[in-house]
Amino acid sequence: MYTIPRILACGDSALSVEFGDDIDDDINTRVLSLDRNISRQMIAGVIETVPTYRSLLIHYNPFMTSYTSLKRDLIPLLNNQQLSQIDTNRKWSVPVVYGGSFGIDLEMLASEKNLTENEFIKRHCQVEYRVCMIGFMPGFAYLGGLDPSLATPRRKHPRPDAPKGTISIGGEQAALQSVVGPSGWHWIGQTPLEVYAPDRHPMCLLDPGDIIRFYPVEQEAWSHESERCAAMICDAAK
Amino acid sequence: MSRLIVVAPGVSSIQDIGRFGLQRYGVAPTGAMDTGSLRRGNTLVDCTVGTPVIEIGPLPARFEISGAPIRIALTGAPRTLSINEKNAALDQTHVIREAETLTLGSARGATFSYLCFEGGLLAEPQYESSSLDERAGFGSPLKRRLQEGDILEIPSATAWPSERSAANPQSGLFRHDVIRVILGPQDDYFFPETISQFLSTRWRIAISSNRMCYSLDGPKLAHAKGYNIVSDGTVKGSIQVAGSGQPMVLLADRGTIGGYPKIATLTTVDMDRFVQIPPGGEVRFEAISVERAQSMLRTQAAHTALALKAASNPRGVNEDALISENLAGSATNALDPAAFD
Repeated sequence: MYTIPRILACGDSALSVEFGDDIDDDINTRVLSLDRNISRQMIAGVIETVPTYRSLLIHYNPFMTSYTSLKRDLIPLLNNQQLSQIDTNRKWSVPVVYGGSFGIDLEMLASEKNLTENEFIKRHCQVEYRVCMIGFMPGFAYLGGLDPSLATPRRKHPRPDAPKGTISIGGEQAALQSVVGPSGWHWIGQTPLEVYAPDRHPMCLLDPGDIIRFYPVEQEAWSHESERCAAMICDAAK
Repeated sequence: MSRLIVVAPGVSSIQDIGRFGLQRYGVAPTGAMDTGSLRRGNTLVDCTVGTPVIEIGPLPARFEISGAPIRIALTGAPRTLSINEKNAALDQTHVIREAETLTLGSARGATFSYLCFEGGLLAEPQYESSSLDERAGFGSPLKRRLQEGDILEIPSATAWPSERSAANPQSGLFRHDVIRVILGPQDDYFFPETISQFLSTRWRIAISSNRMCYSLDGPKLAHAKGYNIVSDGTVKGSIQVAGSGQPMVLLADRGTIGGYPKIATLTTVDMDRFVQIPPGGEVRFEAISVERAQSMLRTQAAHTALALKAASNPRGVNEDALISENLAGSATNALDPAAFD
């Protein structure tokens, strides 16, 4: 973590407040905390914010503010910023069918690490993950907290069309992919939970700061678990 | 209500000013690539700047009208426009009648055109936008690009005292020489020599370029500290340098998060000029400060506002008609710099 956050121009209509240059819970907490402070303050000219692992990207209207004055507006928020608890760290239990055609890379990853598939699944399920950021594709959730023994460098060549619901590992990161799209990560399972649906409220079930726990289910339980997930989304909409 | 029948779409989609506020969920703004041409076209047809239009790529396209007359304006890339085989001017409004066809030739030396309609084409915005975003499942009235046989509903034309035209207010739009950029946010991932090389090279826009990203062909740029940054947010105009050393300019349909160092970012003043450079076209970059970029943007906006104001007047001033139509008043939204994104 940097002692003083860095403010970087991203062109003439956005700036980035960078708190560090690695993947770290404390850094991410600062990012999310600044994000929430800004959304409460209504700073002139701010259009939208994008929290990521280690920085907050702020899109602004250059006709309503400027790089210089927005930086000035941010200083008090950065000075007073406490490592606050994130007030929306909701917890989600997410079912996953591991291996086989649902996670075509599980067998290879487990054998690479001299683990049985069951041991691999157990290590993937026994930790709490934090949604550090959402992006690249709609609803794609980047998760922090992976057991380091499961970390695996990304594939040299990305594959097209990872199915929606793909649970994957890329380097030290875990992910939950919500829509079909290319992926250079290793696919270990699939969830019936539809994190993202454009016509639904909430459109995206997860928010940065949320906590996720996975639990393994059998392939036969897919439709039953889909119903449980749909009910969970209904509750969230209330 | 009238109907526009898509006879040959080329590569077209419905776009407006874009969908904002969802980037934190991975949904890119999308929207018109060349927002200046979108604004000009919508001003000509008396719509607010963000009204949905048809964005048409470089290939020829053809449409037919069924029902009451409609009024259109075509802005953007230079190309031939004909109404029932008769040449018609760009940057001017035209009334098109039942069974008449609208034919666009190939774009010449640019990429995107904007077909704008008086009254705006009928759409149901989602999150305040009708722009197509196939991956995210947004777009109205279509969640895909235009196809042959599609029928779009367009409000019928109203009576105007005369048609409007605009001298191209961004004269020099299609001079593709130098595009100004602001270095960073990750210019410290490159050696100073590499930044000089980036700024002195004549880059060529790769053939594979699309609304998501324009790749730049030229020398490979060396990374000083490796190419894996911790992934972070992107903007329209972020210039990422991929692992291979090839720069890629992220545009309207980009991913909201990127994992390669970003050497520089396009300035908004030169954005429309850049996106119109066709594949194979050349470009050179010049670095300026963010303060200078913002002051240039304000100057440009003032000039554009004047040009658009002129465009919103009918040719041959008819003062009675002007007053009765309240043209100046109706153009106010389009001219408000705050409406600009």
